Amino acid sequence: MRQSPAVVVIEPSRSWFDLKLKAVWDYRELLYFLAWRDLKARYSQTVMGLAWAVLQPLFMMLVFTVIFSKIARLPSDGIPYPLFAYAALVPWTYFSKSLDRSGFSIVAESNLITKIYFPRLIVPLSATLGGLIDFAIAFLLMVVMMVWFGVFPTWKLMVLPFYLLITILASLAVSLWLSALFVKYRDISALMPILIQIWMFASPIVYPSSMIPQEWQGLYNINPMVGIINGFRWALVGTPAPDPALLALNILTIAVSLLLGMAYFNRRANTFADVI
Amino acid sequence: MGDIAIRVEHLSKKYEIVMGNSRGHSGLAEEMTQGVRRMLGMGGGAGSSSLRREEIWPVRDVSFEVQCGEIVGIIGRNGAGKSTLLKILSRIIEPTSGRAQMYGRVGTLLEVGMGFHPQLTGRDNIYLSGIIYGMKKQEIDKRFDEIVAFSGVEKYIDTPVKRYSSGMYVRLAFAVGAHMDCEVLIVDEALAVGDSQFQKKCLDKMHDMGEHGRTVLFVSHNMDAVTRLCKRVILLDQGKVIADGSSHEVVGTYMHVGASSVRGFKEWTDLTTAPGDDVARLCAVRVKTINGRIADVIDIRRTFAIEVEIEVLKPGWVLTPNLEFYSDGEGCLFESFDMDPVWRSRSRPVGRYVSTAWVPGNLLSEGAHFVTVHCVSIDPFRIMIKVEEVVGFRVVDNYEGDSARGDFTGEMVGVVRPMLKWATQFVPRQESANIERGERGTGL
Repeated sequence: MRQSPAVVVIEPSRSWFDLKLKAVWDYRELLYFLAWRDLKARYSQTVMGLAWAVLQPLFMMLVFTVIFSKIARLPSDGIPYPLFAYAALVPWTYFSKSLDRSGFSIVAESNLITKIYFPRLIVPLSATLGGLIDFAIAFLLMVVMMVWFGVFPTWKLMVLPFYLLITILASLAVSLWLSALFVKYRDISALMPILIQIWMFASPIVYPSSMIPQEWQGLYNINPMVGIINGFRWALVGTPAPDPALLALNILTIAVSLLLGMAYFNRRANTFADVI
Repeated sequence: MGDIAIRVEHLSKKYEIVMGNSRGHSGLAEEMTQGVRRMLGMGGGAGSSSLRREEIWPVRDVSFEVQCGEIVGIIGRNGAGKSTLLKILSRIIEPTSGRAQMYGRVGTLLEVGMGFHPQLTGRDNIYLSGIIYGMKKQEIDKRFDEIVAFSGVEKYIDTPVKRYSSGMYVRLAFAVGAHMDCEVLIVDEALAVGDSQFQKKCLDKMHDMGEHGRTVLFVSHNMDAVTRLCKRVILLDQGKVIADGSSHEVVGTYMHVGASSVRGFKEWTDLTTAPGDDVARLCAVRVKTINGRIADVIDIRRTFAIEVEIEVLKPGWVLTPNLEFYSDGEGCLFESFDMDPVWRSRSRPVGRYVSTAWVPGNLLSEGAHFVTVHCVSIDPFRIMIKVEEVVGFRVVDNYEGDSARGDFTGEMVGVVRPMLKWATQFVPRQESANIERGERGTGL
């Protein structure tokens, strides 16, 4: 039973940059169970259950189609507008929901945070990963719509997992910042809806990114959702492929904010129980 | 054995309290305006000068070591730093300086039912809570039946826990915590509140763990539980360790930290101000163990003495010292008169007298006790000396199985705790019928 005893060392953390990934790996079961709990609790009390995961993007797609396509007459790269909008709403809904859930996750779990140790990174991580079920359901409707509009997938669909991965990483990067900041600055709860609203219109959801003038594309692509949404559209409904240079810029933004976000989060995490 | 399980070196925790901001969460706007002020060289402007920063040290320079298999109690008053220390050792908060090392798997039980979700079933919650306590899924699989049996909620294991009674809920929650497998367990007394059966299970389990070579750190201000469970106790006051030793000594020290300073002896060196009158004055009262040592803490099983020293200033009186025993919050338990045959009916010459009353072991119950001393003349009746609650002591039960509590570790009721002679005989069924008939027969 008693193997070589593990040593737990408790001391003030010194390093400025520490990702603590090993601790997260040791607690991977907790990660899974927290995500599983949220799902089970979320859907056990609603009659419609998982259907809600579809309804929100579906409803937004209908509204956008009426307003931005029928009334404002925005172009959609030659794709039927409902398909055009929904292909963007699938990753966007995942991203915005993740921000919303993970951003408040640390404060929502304050009872655990103040009573027991585990790597705090687990909390926003599980909230981000838990949204993947909703993503999968929303994606099923995407498939149905593609069949309806007679758009059939090509080999490009194989690249979709890559885009999904960077969507997850982008969500996580922003969530880490938000959740750590929210512990200290409760104003974040008021800022969150505004942030998500602005971010949505700064991403090519209701309009094609080709509408942005060429000289602004560099600045525009600092928003990683631009590359992600273009990638989803390209892989699913065959809009023009994203510019590789701009995609690289998107990925760079994500990587930098994710690494800094993790380091910032871990630094703040040491004081969560003091401040919360 | 003999290995170190916990080593704590100069552990400190500092908080900075900003006076005038009791919310704890700083406003984003507030901090931004301050930042802008600082950038513009307006530091020390009107806004920042009204905020006074104050340092507090809930834990300051704490060091101790715990051997494998030891059960150590940490006591102290509210605000002494117990829970801060507990949270540092549980890795919930970080120390400001210093270092602690723990060898082996560390389990912390600051609260039962961590992570329980009302919507989920008992089964789901066992897994969830177990994982949160740091168990592996495989371990839970293996011990699942054991946990369910321990909790006694087999029938409802697939019912959402929101439908459980509060008793069932607590039993299930505790069952999970009790099956944690670890070498070092850190437990908060918050656990030991609740119904007495639950408390007992809790203490039993901890005692059990100690027997199996596990190390337990038990944080509490329930003195009786601490002495019952722990041989060694660490006393904290204002964030510092002020005593570390056997539970008897430390619990004794604890009693005179702070306001109440009633202790095991009281002496008056100046006879003119000592309590009493022109006939007799009280010089000293002492609580002594059977070995003659002055003590504040008495083992429940041991005989001890109350010693009363009196100076007689005027001859010609038959004097009778008298003691009244009070237990904390329970009123007077009994009183007793000096029955020494030599001085019982003889008037005392001037001089000093020491009367000793032996109180048998297994009489008083656990807890704080106080003694009121009188010295009277019975005929004619006159009170020469009367000092209320002049000395105090604490009766403790170390739970070694030979006190009146036997193997029971929970709270016991009653103001006295005599050891009764018990005998139990096994009576086979047939014989019992005979005995019944036989008894009835003799009755006729």
